[in-house]
Amino acid sequence: MSHAAVQDTPTPVPPPGGPGSLSQRSLPRWAPAGFALLGILVGVGIGTAAGLDSKVQWGLIAVIAFVVISYVVTSTVENQRQARDRLATSVVWVCFVLAVIPLFSLLWTTISRGIEVLDGYFLSHSMAGVPSAEVGGGVYHALIGTLEQVGIATVISAPIGLLTAVYLVEYGKGALARAVTFFVDVMTGIPSIVAGLFILSIMLMTEIKPSGLMGALALAILMIPVVVRSTEEMLKLVPNELREASLALGVPKWRTILKVVLPTAIGGITTGVMLAIARIAGETAPIILLVFGSQLINPNPFQGAQSSLPFYIFEQYKAGEVASIDRAWAAALVLIAFVMILNLVARGIARWKAPKTGR
Amino acid sequence: MASTTSIDTPPPPRAPQAEPPSASTSTGRAGDKIFSGLSKGSGILLLVIMASIAGFLAYRAAIAISKDEGNFLTTFDWNPSASPPVFGIAVLLFGTVVSSIIAMVIAVPIAVGIALFISHYAPRRLAAPVAYVVDLLAAVPSIIYGIWGALVLVPYLDGLNSWLDQYFAWTYIFDQTQPGVARNMLTVGILLAIMILPIVTSVSREVFLQVPRMNEEAALALGATRWEVIRLSVLPFGRSGVISASMLGLGRALGETMAVATVLSPNYLISLHLLDPGGGTFAQNIAAKFDEADEFGRDALIASGLVLFVLTLLVNGAARLIIARRKEYSGANA
Repeated sequence: MSHAAVQDTPTPVPPPGGPGSLSQRSLPRWAPAGFALLGILVGVGIGTAAGLDSKVQWGLIAVIAFVVISYVVTSTVENQRQARDRLATSVVWVCFVLAVIPLFSLLWTTISRGIEVLDGYFLSHSMAGVPSAEVGGGVYHALIGTLEQVGIATVISAPIGLLTAVYLVEYGKGALARAVTFFVDVMTGIPSIVAGLFILSIMLMTEIKPSGLMGALALAILMIPVVVRSTEEMLKLVPNELREASLALGVPKWRTILKVVLPTAIGGITTGVMLAIARIAGETAPIILLVFGSQLINPNPFQGAQSSLPFYIFEQYKAGEVASIDRAWAAALVLIAFVMILNLVARGIARWKAPKTGR
Repeated sequence: MASTTSIDTPPPPRAPQAEPPSASTSTGRAGDKIFSGLSKGSGILLLVIMASIAGFLAYRAAIAISKDEGNFLTTFDWNPSASPPVFGIAVLLFGTVVSSIIAMVIAVPIAVGIALFISHYAPRRLAAPVAYVVDLLAAVPSIIYGIWGALVLVPYLDGLNSWLDQYFAWTYIFDQTQPGVARNMLTVGILLAIMILPIVTSVSREVFLQVPRMNEEAALALGATRWEVIRLSVLPFGRSGVISASMLGLGRALGETMAVATVLSPNYLISLHLLDPGGGTFAQNIAAKFDEADEFGRDALIASGLVLFVLTLLVNGAARLIIARRKEYSGANA
């Protein structure tokens, strides 16, 4: 159908005239704004006339009115094809708005609900001796748990991830490298709860008690593939000329990698590791299975139950009291701030130390 | 076990580094051997981890399934602590698949729309911030989606539920037979859709940006409108990319734990009435039943986790194979 349409247009030779006369009659540039205004008017009109309470329904009617008006007007003034183009444009814009709404609702709720309870006391006290129905208590123990578990997971997975990426980019050839690449990709998709069950099955066999370390091991399994993937991308961006120049000067390959390749890509690698940290910091499922949760401050990740921020949120939510749900939101705000700051800093580093890609 | 070896790993390559100034060739070779050995070793370690995940889960699962008095695949109930233990994954498998499919149906068209918005529609100054905002959606921890879903989305969707029930009850799936809060499969699906939007969007966006400029310009030169350019050159080029992106999203949705555990009010019935509260998923069941499980109960949960593992492995593997067929080109070979 569109083929026919494509052939159509050039044939009617445009009447000589102004610069816009190449095409046929066309709507002015402000047309979409006009349609939007009309749409909103219709939405408000129908909304008040029918006595609809929900502003969402008003919005929906306005959007539908906008789409219909612009389609009808465009297809009468211009043609079917232009109308369909405008329809697609509005649909795409609607998709974008649809994605933004939940994000803002989520951020807004977390911030407005979280700010009520969040203060210095909340950050510096544990839940020791605080019944869930009562106000008070804090996240100090959970904060320590999260920092320690994530720290251990990073110490484990950053070197492994980095070396694997170096292997894939600098050394890897043949079946082994292909297998590693494939399984790194597949590993990215392992659900966090499965990683937790894996460590749990080891614990069941060796009679190890739950501790922060076990949680950290599961987090490391989730983190390694993310580090490998991002580091690999960064190493691939390092121009070959740099490697060749170094090798031509007689520098052994391993020193070339350590002194030339890695420093060139260090900004991107740091970003990747920080994004991976941000991702695992919010994992709850492995913590439920492996760290067990605690109301007390336990600074030792190698022995005894600990808590963590995501676990704390889940626990307070499950308690279901007004005070505990307030605490859950406050902890959610702390966690979101932690993750977002990591994200922002990581992207800042990425921009600041963008790899110098040849020409 | 992985930890001890790995923490020690970085120093060795640096040890010979202290002495090199003397005879560069000999130390260099030794250093090369150590370094390549280490990096190869960590690559192999990854494969070992994957293999042992499968191995350990399968071993514990075998213990559980051998004592299961019910049929593991078709039993509805989950009672591993009963005196003849009876448990099965029928409800969990059904719930996992149904909620993920709902999520896909909602998320994929919207994600493709956003990807097109970023790659072809957005004003240039808006495109980068929008891509960033979508990436932020991915950064929000799942537990926060969970409490947001349970405390904000659920009350909100009550209205939608009764509306769907009122006008679309004839479709059977939207027929609400039990009144109740919207802690049902549809809500779970909607929440999962929000959570998988970012990954589907970012993979599709990458593919759309790779469409050869020539194809698009050729279409434009023939007088095609922007939508026709997209339909004639962008979408056909990006089809396989969109498929694999959706499968990656599906993999995420299948294994999501916390968002489902907080939102759903579970039971062990299979029902296609999406608006009725109830049902369950693998991950949600594990999180919910773990506290009360004894050692055998944990093995039973591991057995259900194994099924989930295999399921996500298949979906992700298939997605990656589709992606791998499109050869990637990068700045450096090596």
